[in-house]
Amino acid sequence: MDAVTSDPARIILICSGKGGVGKTTLTANLGIALARLGERTVVLDADFGLRNLDLLLGLENRIVYTAQEVLAETCRLEQALVKHKQEPNLALLPAGNPRMLEWLTPEDMQRIVAMVAERADFVLIDCPAGIEDGFKNAAAAAREAIVITTPEVSAVRDADRVIGLLNTRGVAPVQLVLNRVRPKMMASQEMLGVDDVTDILALPLVGLVVEDEQVIVSTNRGEPLTLNGNGSGAALAYQNIARRLRGEEIPLEDPSKARRGLRARLMNKIRKTTGLF
Amino acid sequence: MTLFDFIQRLLGRQKPSGTMAKERLQLVLAHDRSDLNPELLEQMRREILEVVQRYVEIDIEEGDVSLETEDRVTALVANLPIKRARPLPALVAAAAAVGMAQPPDADASEELAPTDDPD
Ligand SMILES: Nc1ncnc2c1ncn2[C@@H]1O[C@H](COP(=O)(O)OP(=O)(O)O)[C@@H](O)[C@H]1O
Ligand SMILES: [Mg+2]
Repeated sequence: MDAVTSDPARIILICSGKGGVGKTTLTANLGIALARLGERTVVLDADFGLRNLDLLLGLENRIVYTAQEVLAETCRLEQALVKHKQEPNLALLPAGNPRMLEWLTPEDMQRIVAMVAERADFVLIDCPAGIEDGFKNAAAAAREAIVITTPEVSAVRDADRVIGLLNTRGVAPVQLVLNRVRPKMMASQEMLGVDDVTDILALPLVGLVVEDEQVIVSTNRGEPLTLNGNGSGAALAYQNIARRLRGEEIPLEDPSKARRGLRARLMNKIRKTTGLF
Repeated sequence: MTLFDFIQRLLGRQKPSGTMAKERLQLVLAHDRSDLNPELLEQMRREILEVVQRYVEIDIEEGDVSLETEDRVTALVANLPIKRARPLPALVAAAAAVGMAQPPDADASEELAPTDDPD
């Protein structure tokens, strides 16, 4: 990695409030996708208690040091950054390890992120669930944020709390990713629709990710979907988010309103009015 | 969706669950965002009505004080149909009650003293 950077790095917090909605999966896939677009990217696992970004990236056996050792000056930053094998533009930095008793302070977080940002174009911070200390630490160094949620009442409610906190902290822009979208259920109005969620949360949408079995397969392998150009729905969605973050204009299509053939459209209409299937 | 749900929907008796989710969320978020729980809101509603009633006669049945949210901005909306204004002496007494003026025969020290007079 180059030590000289012209533009300041984009420092993006990936958060949700509720756990299990897809933060870590998004961080891993976005990290790989950005790296593949030539961006020097560092993903920071701020969820040190339940750390698993390493597992999703297939880097679990390569972690020796964490941000904690860097801050204590027992190792250099380069030693703690774990470079991805296939995608050398991407590096992982765990904030700490689960055995840690004392967590870093928000100031520690700002120091380590500032060091990382000097040699990166993008820094993605994988936030722990909740809105307590873990969140506050992770958010301390973020300039912008992506809030990820699913179309479910509890996830949307928690996302709203987080958005309120980000607003008071002056983090901006805050953009929205809607995950685990089920077009059929949305079309029959048995699930919150894309417009419903964006209306309620009043955030610009930067990505729609469908519910996709391939996510599980890729997690099993430790190879994010964006790594091998897998053409699945979720893979494409993650790639598009990466490109939108870089300023590319890529239209967002609501999959529950997707126009396919005439027959599909007709069936969609029947489904909508009857909610039968 | 079960057959029962389907029939209910055909008959227009049940909303789709997605619509219910949206309505429920809008309500709960209005409270979350204002940090007011329903109990506090009810207390505030009563106190607002009390104050307004000192000045004008309002239709309590029709009166409504609620939180409404749009685009992340929550507003306190009061809709209080006025029947008629209070006569002047009542207005003077109302003003006195909030400390703006003293009614001619009031004894200030007595007013400040706690009293268990049932009135
Ligand atoms: N689009 C998706 N389709 C299917 N499964 C998903 C999708 N996104 C996430 N998941 C699954 O949801 C679970 C939680 O995801 P994770 O990224 O660990 O959430 P978080 O980091 O927010 O706790 C994982 O089992 C993951 O495989
Ligand atoms: Mg996680």
